[in-house]
Amino acid sequence: MGYQMNQEGFNHVLKQLSKEYLIYAPKCMKGGNTFSDVDCIRYGEVQYAEDIVFDKKSDYSFKEVLLPVSETLFYFTEGETKEADIPRKKGAIIFLRSCDLHAVKRLDDMYLQNGPADYYYNRLRENVKFVLMGCSQSYENCFCVDMGSNRSENYSLSVNKKNDMYYFDCKEEAWVELLKEYAQGELAVEPEYVTENQVHVNIPENLSIEVAKSKMWDEYDSRCIACGRCNFVCPTCTCFTMQDIFYSENGKVGERRRVQASCMVDGFTDVAGGGSYRKKNGERMRFKVLHKVYDYKKRNGYHMCVGCGRCDDVCPEYISFSNCINKLEGAMKEVLSK
Amino acid sequence: MDINTKKLKKNAFRVTKERGKTASRIRVPGGHLDVKFLPMIQKIAEEYGNGTVHITSRQGFEIPGIPYEKMPEVNKELQPIIEGLNINQETPGEGYTSSGTRNITSCIGNRVCPYACYDTTAFAKRIEKAVFPNDLHFKIALTGCPNDCAKVRMHDFGIMGMTEPQFEPDRCVSCGACVRVCKKKSVEALKPVNYRPVRNTEKCIGCGECVINCPTRAWTRSEQKYYRLTLLGRTGKKNPRLGEDFIKWVDEDSIIKIILNTYKYVEKYIDKNAPGGKEHIGYIVDRTGFEEFKKWALDGVNLPEKAEVYTPIYWKGVEY
Repeated sequence: MGYQMNQEGFNHVLKQLSKEYLIYAPKCMKGGNTFSDVDCIRYGEVQYAEDIVFDKKSDYSFKEVLLPVSETLFYFTEGETKEADIPRKKGAIIFLRSCDLHAVKRLDDMYLQNGPADYYYNRLRENVKFVLMGCSQSYENCFCVDMGSNRSENYSLSVNKKNDMYYFDCKEEAWVELLKEYAQGELAVEPEYVTENQVHVNIPENLSIEVAKSKMWDEYDSRCIACGRCNFVCPTCTCFTMQDIFYSENGKVGERRRVQASCMVDGFTDVAGGGSYRKKNGERMRFKVLHKVYDYKKRNGYHMCVGCGRCDDVCPEYISFSNCINKLEGAMKEVLSK
Repeated sequence: MDINTKKLKKNAFRVTKERGKTASRIRVPGGHLDVKFLPMIQKIAEEYGNGTVHITSRQGFEIPGIPYEKMPEVNKELQPIIEGLNINQETPGEGYTSSGTRNITSCIGNRVCPYACYDTTAFAKRIEKAVFPNDLHFKIALTGCPNDCAKVRMHDFGIMGMTEPQFEPDRCVSCGACVRVCKKKSVEALKPVNYRPVRNTEKCIGCGECVINCPTRAWTRSEQKYYRLTLLGRTGKKNPRLGEDFIKWVDEDSIIKIILNTYKYVEKYIDKNAPGGKEHIGYIVDRTGFEEFKKWALDGVNLPEKAEVYTPIYWKGVEY
């Protein structure tokens, strides 16, 4: 059943939920972006409905809640280690859009199904509920429809915002009474979703690893600056690297942490003995693109990319990931004709 | 023809090479204006001038070829521009009422430029409101960042935007972009310690390159906007020189107060026999000594805690 609620009611609901959960949602970080006087929309804890940004796509994804940008795993002394406390003592409620909810499946498959479950991911993933934010419009660079991520069913709660009124669909039995208490009315509510994006992608049926030999990657050698923004904003990128820190005052104690890593940034392919692969930025682009729309699917049966388009939104060099996908068909023709 | 050239100059017209013809000068504070003013400028040039306009080196328009007797009519035509650009004016309808203090210029600032640390035009307009109209020869310029595209070091007061980089360690992925760019493009104020950048606060010039190049928002800008104030640069025949740093990490209010204080200082110490009543402030400071200037300039100024005052200051420049 669905519910209609004004902001005041929604705030009461959030307050009640916050007794058991930390609530994460896209927030406006005033002046927090790259350039001066430009806000950044990214995830943080929220208390009030008005803190949640409904009318824009977030610059960074929800991923940081489950996979912190930097996470200390344990502390060590000469003979002992101590596991770092879990960064979050309560459960979590995450407000996200359909594309991002599809990305959760990718994170879960990578960290929980791909061999033994990842202990640190698992402890942050437990007791997490998802609130689907309806999309009343497609944003710039979105291509969720072509990636099949424009609709989601597996939410606890969905919310559409229209003219300062909120419309919920609740699948979480335990929250029904709470919603009823503050609702102004009951009605059937379906999460809003888009059925058409401006951007379309075509992943060719005959895509094979041969495409790596195409010349299409060369242009990125000079265009890409290997900053890694596309990876850090991506809701499906899961790579991390390890860092052992020896505290400078006493080098015998320290901590091990893991931090998000980017396959576009220098050092990603460094190996013992001084080796390094994919030195050219075009090679890195090739690796990333084919992972998102080719080899991941071979292992998991579905594409990794969810079409949120954040990589396109953020690229300082205006490199379009979706446009790169659309070059694959021509690239296949090129390599097959040789 | 009987023209009071002193009055004419004060009214922002000028004596030109061509006998009987003047030129009208239009100031654009901060160098940014609505295009609705351009047809008005075009009309003056076509109806009163010779159909051309010079884009001045101080971000204004100079309309040449105007007969002296047309000045009152031109002043009437200028009125919507003067009002529209929010210029302080003593008597409406009579054009500009002073031209001693020059147009306050600025680079394009953060309305457009990714490097700029603030809205240069808005601050230029704020200074304009505080100091105009004024007959004293002051040159003030603003630039968005330490690149100094506006060449503010050639001015009496140069204002350069700064941001105090804020670092959130938990968002750092050790990509090294900030350290590399600071070394290559700026002053090498960042060094990696335990995989993460440590900022040498004494060295840092607040250019914001670390913020611009950070892919994860580990580096962000300070909410408070800061400035570097440079002093007494000048062009000219006698001893041209670059402005020197006066205060680093200074705020807007203090800058305005310092400029206003300097007007009082100049009124007291200017050479009464200076040609055209015009003397670059620097020559006055050369006479009184820097300490006397500083005493006047900082009178009643509450500098932010972070502010670093450089003292004493020595200038060199080109000497003949």
